[in-house]
Amino acid sequence: MVHWSAEEKQLIASVWGKVSVEECGAEALARLLIVYPWTQRFFSDFGNLSSPTAIIGNPKVRAHGKKVLTSFGEAIKNLDSIKGTFSKLSALHCDKLHVDPENFRLLGDILVIVLASHFGRDFSPACQCAWQKLVGVVAHALARKYH
Amino acid sequence: MVLHANDKTNVKAVFGKIGGQAEELGAETLERMFAAYPQTKTYFPHFDLAKGSAQVKGHGKKVAAALVEAANHVDDIAGALSKLSDLHAQKLRVDPVNFKLLGQCFLVVVASRHPALLTPEVHASLDKFLCAVGTVLTAKYR
Repeated sequence: MVHWSAEEKQLIASVWGKVSVEECGAEALARLLIVYPWTQRFFSDFGNLSSPTAIIGNPKVRAHGKKVLTSFGEAIKNLDSIKGTFSKLSALHCDKLHVDPENFRLLGDILVIVLASHFGRDFSPACQCAWQKLVGVVAHALARKYH
Repeated sequence: MVLHANDKTNVKAVFGKIGGQAEELGAETLERMFAAYPQTKTYFPHFDLAKGSAQVKGHGKKVAAALVEAANHVDDIAGALSKLSDLHAQKLRVDPVNFKLLGQCFLVVVASRHPALLTPEVHASLDKFLCAVGTVLTAKYR
Protein backbone atom coordinates (compact mmCIF):
# COMPACT_ATOMS: atom_id res chain seq x y z
CA MET A 1 0.00 0.00 0.00
CA VAL A 2 1.29 3.45 -0.88
CA HIS A 3 1.85 5.81 2.03
CA TRP A 4 0.66 9.39 1.59
CA SER A 5 1.73 12.03 4.07
CA ALA A 6 -0.84 14.55 5.26
CA GLU A 7 1.03 17.19 3.29
CA GLU A 8 0.91 15.16 0.08
CA LYS A 9 -2.82 14.55 0.49
CA GLN A 10 -3.38 18.25 1.05
CA LEU A 11 -1.30 19.26 -1.98
CA ILE A 12 -3.16 16.79 -4.19
CA ALA A 13 -6.61 17.77 -2.90
CA SER A 14 -6.02 21.51 -3.10
CA VAL A 15 -5.01 21.28 -6.77
CA TRP A 16 -7.76 18.82 -7.66
CA GLY A 17 -10.40 21.00 -6.04
CA LYS A 18 -9.65 23.74 -8.56
CA VAL A 19 -9.29 21.56 -11.65
CA SER A 20 -11.85 21.57 -14.44
CA VAL A 21 -11.85 17.86 -15.18
CA GLU A 22 -13.33 18.45 -18.62
CA GLU A 23 -10.81 21.12 -19.66
CA CYS A 24 -7.71 19.55 -18.15
CA GLY A 25 -8.65 16.09 -19.34
CA ALA A 26 -9.21 17.29 -22.88
CA GLU A 27 -5.98 19.28 -22.86
CA ALA A 28 -3.90 16.45 -21.41
CA LEU A 29 -5.13 13.90 -23.93
CA ALA A 30 -4.74 16.33 -26.83
CA ARG A 31 -1.17 17.11 -25.78
CA LEU A 32 -0.39 13.39 -25.49
CA LEU A 33 -1.54 12.86 -29.09
CA ILE A 34 0.39 15.94 -30.28
CA VAL A 35 3.64 15.59 -28.34
CA TYR A 36 3.84 11.80 -28.75
CA PRO A 37 2.04 11.24 -32.06
CA TRP A 38 2.58 7.49 -32.00
CA THR A 39 -0.04 7.36 -29.23
CA GLN A 40 -2.62 8.10 -31.93
CA ARG A 41 -2.39 4.41 -32.78
CA PHE A 42 -5.02 3.71 -30.13
CA PHE A 43 -7.52 6.17 -31.55
CA SER A 44 -7.92 5.27 -35.21
CA ASP A 45 -11.69 5.68 -34.90
CA PHE A 46 -11.48 9.19 -33.52
CA GLY A 47 -11.68 10.87 -36.91
CA ASN A 48 -9.50 13.82 -37.78
CA LEU A 49 -6.18 13.79 -35.88
CA SER A 50 -4.20 15.25 -38.76
CA SER A 51 -2.92 18.41 -37.04
CA PRO A 52 -2.63 19.92 -33.57
CA THR A 53 -5.61 22.16 -34.37
CA ALA A 54 -7.67 19.16 -35.49
CA ILE A 55 -6.71 17.20 -32.38
CA ILE A 56 -7.51 20.04 -29.98
CA GLY A 57 -10.89 20.63 -31.63
CA ASN A 58 -11.77 16.96 -31.99
CA PRO A 59 -14.90 16.26 -29.90
CA LYS A 60 -13.99 12.60 -29.38
CA VAL A 61 -10.62 13.65 -27.97
CA ARG A 62 -12.31 16.09 -25.60
CA ALA A 63 -14.87 13.52 -24.49
CA HIS A 64 -12.29 10.82 -23.96
CA GLY A 65 -9.96 13.19 -22.15
CA LYS A 66 -12.77 14.03 -19.74
CA LYS A 67 -13.47 10.32 -19.23
CA VAL A 68 -9.82 9.57 -18.49
CA LEU A 69 -9.40 12.41 -16.01
CA THR A 70 -12.71 11.60 -14.31
CA SER A 71 -11.34 8.14 -13.75
CA PHE A 72 -8.17 9.71 -12.35
CA GLY A 73 -10.41 11.47 -9.86
CA GLU A 74 -11.39 8.07 -8.50
CA ALA A 75 -7.76 7.50 -7.55
CA ILE A 76 -7.76 10.78 -5.66
CA LYS A 77 -10.94 9.80 -3.80
CA ASN A 78 -9.32 6.47 -2.92
CA LEU A 79 -5.68 7.31 -2.33
CA ASP A 80 -5.33 4.46 0.12
CA SER A 81 -6.63 1.82 -2.29
CA ILE A 82 -5.55 2.89 -5.76
CA LYS A 83 -4.56 -0.65 -6.79
CA GLY A 84 -8.03 -1.95 -6.00
CA THR A 85 -9.72 1.02 -7.60
CA PHE A 86 -7.98 0.38 -10.94
CA SER A 87 -7.96 -3.41 -10.91
CA LYS A 88 -10.70 -3.80 -13.52
CA LEU A 89 -9.40 -0.92 -15.63
CA SER A 90 -5.96 -2.50 -15.60
CA ALA A 91 -7.33 -5.78 -16.94
CA LEU A 92 -9.31 -3.85 -19.57
CA HIS A 93 -6.25 -1.93 -20.78
CA CYS A 94 -4.32 -5.18 -21.12
CA ASP A 95 -6.88 -7.61 -22.47
CA LYS A 96 -9.16 -5.43 -24.56
CA LEU A 97 -7.34 -2.19 -25.30
CA HIS A 98 -3.79 -3.61 -25.60
CA VAL A 99 -2.17 -0.40 -24.37
CA ASP A 100 1.55 -0.45 -23.56
CA PRO A 101 1.81 0.74 -19.92
CA GLU A 102 4.52 3.19 -20.97
CA ASN A 103 1.64 5.30 -22.28
CA PHE A 104 0.30 5.74 -18.73
CA ARG A 105 3.64 7.25 -17.73
CA LEU A 106 3.63 9.56 -20.74
CA LEU A 107 0.10 10.77 -19.99
CA GLY A 108 0.94 11.24 -16.31
CA ASP A 109 3.91 13.48 -17.15
CA ILE A 110 1.79 15.48 -19.57
CA LEU A 111 -0.91 15.92 -16.92
CA VAL A 112 1.69 17.37 -14.54
CA ILE A 113 2.75 19.86 -17.22
CA VAL A 114 -0.88 20.85 -17.88
CA LEU A 115 -1.42 21.42 -14.15
CA ALA A 116 1.75 23.52 -14.00
CA SER A 117 0.52 25.68 -16.87
CA HIS A 118 -2.84 26.22 -15.12
CA PHE A 119 -1.55 26.85 -11.61
CA GLY A 120 1.69 28.70 -12.33
CA ARG A 121 3.78 29.53 -9.26
CA ASP A 122 1.16 27.80 -7.05
CA PHE A 123 2.34 24.53 -8.57
CA SER A 124 5.31 24.48 -6.24
CA PRO A 125 8.11 21.91 -6.29
CA ALA A 126 6.41 20.17 -3.34
CA CYS A 127 3.16 20.17 -5.27
CA GLN A 128 4.86 18.75 -8.38
CA CYS A 129 6.50 16.11 -6.19
CA ALA A 130 3.16 14.92 -4.80
CA TRP A 131 1.59 14.85 -8.24
CA GLN A 132 4.52 13.05 -9.91
CA LYS A 133 4.15 10.44 -7.16
CA LEU A 134 0.40 10.21 -7.80
CA VAL A 135 0.71 9.80 -11.57
CA GLY A 136 3.41 7.20 -10.99
CA VAL A 137 1.20 5.26 -8.60
CA VAL A 138 -1.75 5.43 -11.00
CA ALA A 139 0.44 4.23 -13.90
CA HIS A 140 1.72 1.37 -11.76
CA ALA A 141 -1.81 0.39 -10.71
CA LEU A 142 -3.02 0.39 -14.31
CA ALA A 143 -0.14 -1.86 -15.31
CA ARG A 144 -0.55 -4.23 -12.39
CA LYS A 145 -2.96 -6.71 -13.98
CA TYR A 146 -0.97 -7.06 -17.19
CA HIS A 147 0.07 -10.52 -18.19
CA MET B 1 14.32 11.77 -33.11
CA VAL B 2 14.89 14.36 -35.83
CA LEU B 3 14.24 18.05 -35.27
CA HIS B 4 12.26 19.42 -38.20
CA ALA B 5 12.33 23.01 -39.38
CA ASN B 6 9.28 23.95 -37.30
CA ASP B 7 10.83 22.39 -34.19
CA LYS B 8 13.98 24.47 -34.62
CA THR B 9 11.90 27.61 -35.14
CA ASN B 10 9.85 26.86 -32.02
CA VAL B 11 12.93 26.14 -29.91
CA LYS B 12 14.70 29.31 -31.01
CA ALA B 13 11.56 31.35 -30.34
CA VAL B 14 11.13 29.93 -26.84
CA PHE B 15 14.74 30.47 -25.86
CA GLY B 16 14.62 33.91 -27.40
CA LYS B 17 11.89 34.74 -24.88
CA ILE B 18 13.21 32.91 -21.80
CA GLY B 19 16.95 32.95 -22.41
CA GLY B 20 17.28 36.06 -20.28
CA GLN B 21 16.02 34.21 -17.21
CA ALA B 22 18.06 31.12 -17.97
CA GLU B 23 19.81 31.09 -14.57
CA GLU B 24 16.57 31.24 -12.60
CA LEU B 25 14.94 28.63 -14.80
CA GLY B 26 17.95 26.35 -14.46
CA ALA B 27 17.97 26.65 -10.68
CA GLU B 28 14.24 26.00 -10.40
CA THR B 29 14.52 23.02 -12.75
CA LEU B 30 17.12 21.45 -10.50
CA GLU B 31 15.16 22.27 -7.34
CA ARG B 32 12.10 20.56 -8.79
CA MET B 33 14.12 17.59 -10.01
CA PHE B 34 15.68 17.01 -6.58
CA ALA B 35 12.23 17.28 -4.95
CA ALA B 36 10.26 15.11 -7.37
CA TYR B 37 13.02 12.59 -8.12
CA PRO B 38 15.16 12.29 -4.98
CA GLN B 39 17.35 9.63 -6.61
CA THR B 40 18.86 12.41 -8.74
CA LYS B 41 20.45 13.82 -5.58
CA THR B 42 22.86 10.89 -5.59
CA TYR B 43 24.90 12.71 -8.20
CA PHE B 44 25.44 15.66 -5.86
CA PRO B 45 26.65 14.29 -2.52
CA HIS B 46 29.12 17.16 -2.40
CA PHE B 47 26.42 19.83 -2.74
CA ASP B 48 24.30 21.65 -0.22
CA LEU B 49 20.86 20.89 -1.66
CA ALA B 50 18.82 22.97 0.80
CA LYS B 51 16.37 25.46 -0.68
CA GLY B 52 18.14 28.53 -2.00
CA SER B 53 21.50 26.81 -2.12
CA ALA B 54 24.13 28.85 -3.91
CA GLN B 55 25.60 25.65 -5.33
CA VAL B 56 22.26 24.62 -6.86
CA LYS B 57 21.84 28.12 -8.28
CA GLY B 58 25.33 27.97 -9.74
CA HIS B 59 24.78 24.57 -11.23
CA GLY B 60 21.37 25.54 -12.56
CA LYS B 61 23.06 28.42 -14.34
CA LYS B 62 25.48 25.97 -16.03
CA VAL B 63 22.71 23.61 -17.07
CA ALA B 64 20.61 26.45 -18.46
CA ALA B 65 23.61 27.89 -20.32
CA ALA B 66 24.13 24.54 -22.02
CA LEU B 67 20.49 24.42 -23.10
CA VAL B 68 20.76 27.97 -24.44
CA GLU B 69 23.93 27.02 -26.31
CA ALA B 70 22.20 23.99 -27.82
CA ALA B 71 19.23 26.16 -28.83
CA ASN B 72 21.56 28.68 -30.45
CA HIS B 73 23.16 25.88 -32.45
CA VAL B 74 20.08 23.80 -32.97
CA ASP B 75 21.33 22.70 -36.40
CA ASP B 76 24.34 21.03 -34.78
CA ILE B 77 23.60 20.20 -31.15
CA ALA B 78 26.22 17.44 -31.19
CA GLY B 79 28.89 19.91 -32.24
CA ALA B 80 27.80 22.57 -29.77
CA LEU B 81 27.77 20.14 -26.83
CA SER B 82 30.69 17.95 -27.87
CA LYS B 83 32.86 18.84 -24.89
CA LEU B 84 29.95 18.42 -22.48
CA SER B 85 29.26 15.07 -24.09
CA ASP B 86 32.87 14.02 -23.42
CA LEU B 87 32.57 15.20 -19.81
CA HIS B 88 29.40 13.20 -19.21
CA ALA B 89 30.89 10.07 -20.78
CA GLN B 90 34.28 10.17 -19.12
CA LYS B 91 33.72 11.80 -15.78
CA LEU B 92 30.11 12.41 -14.78
CA ARG B 93 28.49 9.24 -16.16
CA VAL B 94 24.99 10.30 -15.21
CA ASP B 95 22.65 7.42 -16.03
CA PRO B 96 20.77 8.22 -19.25
CA VAL B 97 17.38 7.86 -17.58
CA ASN B 98 17.98 11.06 -15.61
CA PHE B 99 18.01 13.36 -18.63
CA LYS B 100 14.33 12.63 -19.15
CA LEU B 101 13.66 13.59 -15.53
CA LEU B 102 15.53 16.88 -15.95
CA GLY B 103 13.62 17.48 -19.19
CA GLN B 104 10.27 16.90 -17.47
CA CYS B 105 11.15 19.43 -14.76
CA PHE B 106 12.34 21.99 -17.29
CA LEU B 107 9.01 21.70 -19.13
CA VAL B 108 7.15 22.11 -15.83
CA VAL B 109 9.14 25.28 -15.09
CA VAL B 110 8.38 26.73 -18.52
CA ALA B 111 4.71 25.71 -18.19
CA SER B 112 4.34 27.31 -14.79
CA ARG B 113 6.13 30.55 -15.66
CA HIS B 114 5.14 30.97 -19.31
CA PRO B 115 1.93 28.97 -19.88
CA ALA B 116 1.02 31.00 -22.97
CA LEU B 117 4.39 30.17 -24.53
CA LEU B 118 3.98 26.43 -24.13
CA THR B 119 1.36 25.73 -26.76
CA PRO B 120 0.95 22.04 -27.65
CA GLU B 121 3.09 22.51 -30.77
CA VAL B 122 5.86 24.27 -28.85
CA HIS B 123 5.59 21.65 -26.09
CA ALA B 124 6.17 18.94 -28.71
CA SER B 125 9.20 20.75 -30.18
CA LEU B 126 10.72 21.50 -26.79
CA ASP B 127 10.25 17.89 -25.67
CA LYS B 128 12.00 16.69 -28.82
CA PHE B 129 14.79 19.23 -28.31
CA LEU B 130 15.36 18.09 -24.72
CA CYS B 131 15.42 14.45 -25.90
CA ALA B 132 17.99 15.40 -28.52
CA VAL B 133 20.17 17.11 -25.90
CA GLY B 134 19.99 14.03 -23.67
CA THR B 135 20.89 11.81 -26.60
CA VAL B 136 23.94 13.95 -27.43
CA LEU B 137 25.14 14.02 -23.83
CA THR B 138 24.97 10.22 -23.56
CA ALA B 139 26.14 9.46 -27.11
CA LYS B 140 29.72 8.64 -26.15
CA TYR B 141 28.87 6.51 -23.10
CA ARG B 142 29.82 3.28 -24.88
